[in-house]
Amino acid sequence: MPSNLQLTLKSQRFRDERKEDWRTLERLLSQVEAGRTRQLSDADMLRLPRLYRATLSALSVARATSLDQSVIAYLESLTTRAYYAIYGSQIGLGKRIVKFFTRDWPEAMQTLSRDTIASAVFLILGTCVGYVLVMNNPDWYYSFVPQGLAGERTPAASTQSLRSVLYDNNGADGLGIFAAFLFSHNSRVAILCFALGFAFCIPTIVLLLMTGLMLGGFMGLYASRDLGFELGGWLSIHGTTEIFAIILAGAAGLFIGRAIAFPGERSRIESASYAGQIGGLAMAGVIIMLFFAGLLEGYGRQLINVDWLRYAIGLGMLSIWLAYFYIPRDFSRFDIDMNTSKISQK
Amino acid sequence: MNRNFSDIDRRSLVTPEGIDLRVKLADIGARIGAMTLDLLIIIAMFFAVVFALIYLGINTGAGEAAIALMILFAFFLRSFYFMFFEMGRRAATPGKRIMKIRVAARGKPRLSANAVFARNALREIEFFLPLGFLASAGSAGVDGWMSALGLIWSCIFLFFPLFNKDRLRAGDLIAGTWVVQTPRPILAQDLASADIIGRDRFAFTPQQIEAYGVKELHVLEDVLRAKDSETLKDVAARIRKKIGWVQSGAEADIDFLSAYYGALRGRLETKLLLGVRRRDKFDKR
Repeated sequence: MPSNLQLTLKSQRFRDERKEDWRTLERLLSQVEAGRTRQLSDADMLRLPRLYRATLSALSVARATSLDQSVIAYLESLTTRAYYAIYGSQIGLGKRIVKFFTRDWPEAMQTLSRDTIASAVFLILGTCVGYVLVMNNPDWYYSFVPQGLAGERTPAASTQSLRSVLYDNNGADGLGIFAAFLFSHNSRVAILCFALGFAFCIPTIVLLLMTGLMLGGFMGLYASRDLGFELGGWLSIHGTTEIFAIILAGAAGLFIGRAIAFPGERSRIESASYAGQIGGLAMAGVIIMLFFAGLLEGYGRQLINVDWLRYAIGLGMLSIWLAYFYIPRDFSRFDIDMNTSKISQK
Repeated sequence: MNRNFSDIDRRSLVTPEGIDLRVKLADIGARIGAMTLDLLIIIAMFFAVVFALIYLGINTGAGEAAIALMILFAFFLRSFYFMFFEMGRRAATPGKRIMKIRVAARGKPRLSANAVFARNALREIEFFLPLGFLASAGSAGVDGWMSALGLIWSCIFLFFPLFNKDRLRAGDLIAGTWVVQTPRPILAQDLASADIIGRDRFAFTPQQIEAYGVKELHVLEDVLRAKDSETLKDVAARIRKKIGWVQSGAEADIDFLSAYYGALRGRLETKLLLGVRRRDKFDKR
């Protein structure tokens, strides 16, 4: 039985006067969060930022004048949600995809070019060592190429059977499975190569060298049987894309490792998160490349048995990638976003 | 009651309007809970789709396509489940939504897709790598030892969030993100407007009201909201003793406490308007 004598506290009045606004904001927010922004009326769209600011100012008044914890907690969580909904809103998926292909991806590749060279050097170094060692003593092959991967392709196999592997199309059955498997396997290796860069580059370098040794061992084995040219075609049809992608994943890993080990003028954490953004972009691209590589390896290589055609496709893909990534162009047409984020990094 | 003591979880987040929202970091329990839920969902989805594909594959004879789809689906589920949901509007996987937490960019309002990608790519070494080592750690000989060493090494990443104050995963560190709480805002009833039986009877003297400060007021608020009769009785007895209040026969503890809460809050808020925040009962202002 509330009596008339009851004094209403100022903080209570404050709350009662604004309660409706807060509830409205809450309702609008749940619609926005559920992705139903389009269903909001124009009036509601205009009200949203106004209500957000009003609630924000209510929060700061409440913090200064109210001792009701529940109101402050409520306003804090409400404004935080509103803040993320209003300032964190993303541009549409379509625009983001366009921006990724026209600008973000090639620009990230250009930022990574030094690391890409380093990564390629490690891989090639591994390949050369593997090649030379296996040429001199085929037994090395067993140390470089894991048994599961080698299958029948070992120094013990006859030249004839080694040759048949290159042109055997497995009866063109199960190519879809093969392509899907290759894609998912390679993508995981690439993601691992990238993620390991976090530990100051070292595991990434090891992984690159090991991949190189495997590749070199393979080449050495085939070259020692005079099948070098044929293997080149077999490898290059998908390998130019796949190996390039792995080099890029390694580069992204090196970039991050470098940013953590030598942050330069930035703080270590800032430097890491800047590198992570670029690396993340690069990796999204790597996955796309590996998807193509999977198709080329699963279908193209199995269905095309002519050496020069394999070479032509491989080199063609390589030149497309190189042109796409490295031809200098003016990215500033799509600017704004990148620039602001770069400034805030400093 | 821990609301009073949880300030170590708070991080400053200043809006463009210049107000610090003081976001709360998600605690480790919620993060582990969310991850567990997500894994359960992933496993359930995986089996559901696998059985559906097997069923379709057998019935339509398109076994090859079914297997290829299965491999792709498994890969996408493992690598992109987290990314897909965290790139969404709520920046949270279903598990995170249930635990009422979300991913947010540190110091920036917008969580970019690249950040989400980088954050989740690192899951591969934080979670799946230890899992892989764990699976092979049982094998005998040198391989087993190598796996054990690998497991120890990769556990550094797994337990990374426990060893830094912002509870960042390695992925969060790289991506410039962190995980914050987003509780559903619930506007609880204002205790000062509670219906009190016999309000007129509770007329406190200024000395009686002056007995406590803000800290005690907040504890009292928590007690009143929890409504645990034992605690209410205890607290009421203690306050009565402290302020020298004689309990009349019909006076219920909760009414007494609510009335005292209203009076105390009114008093302290008036002081607050004059610029004095009396922290606790030892603060002589």
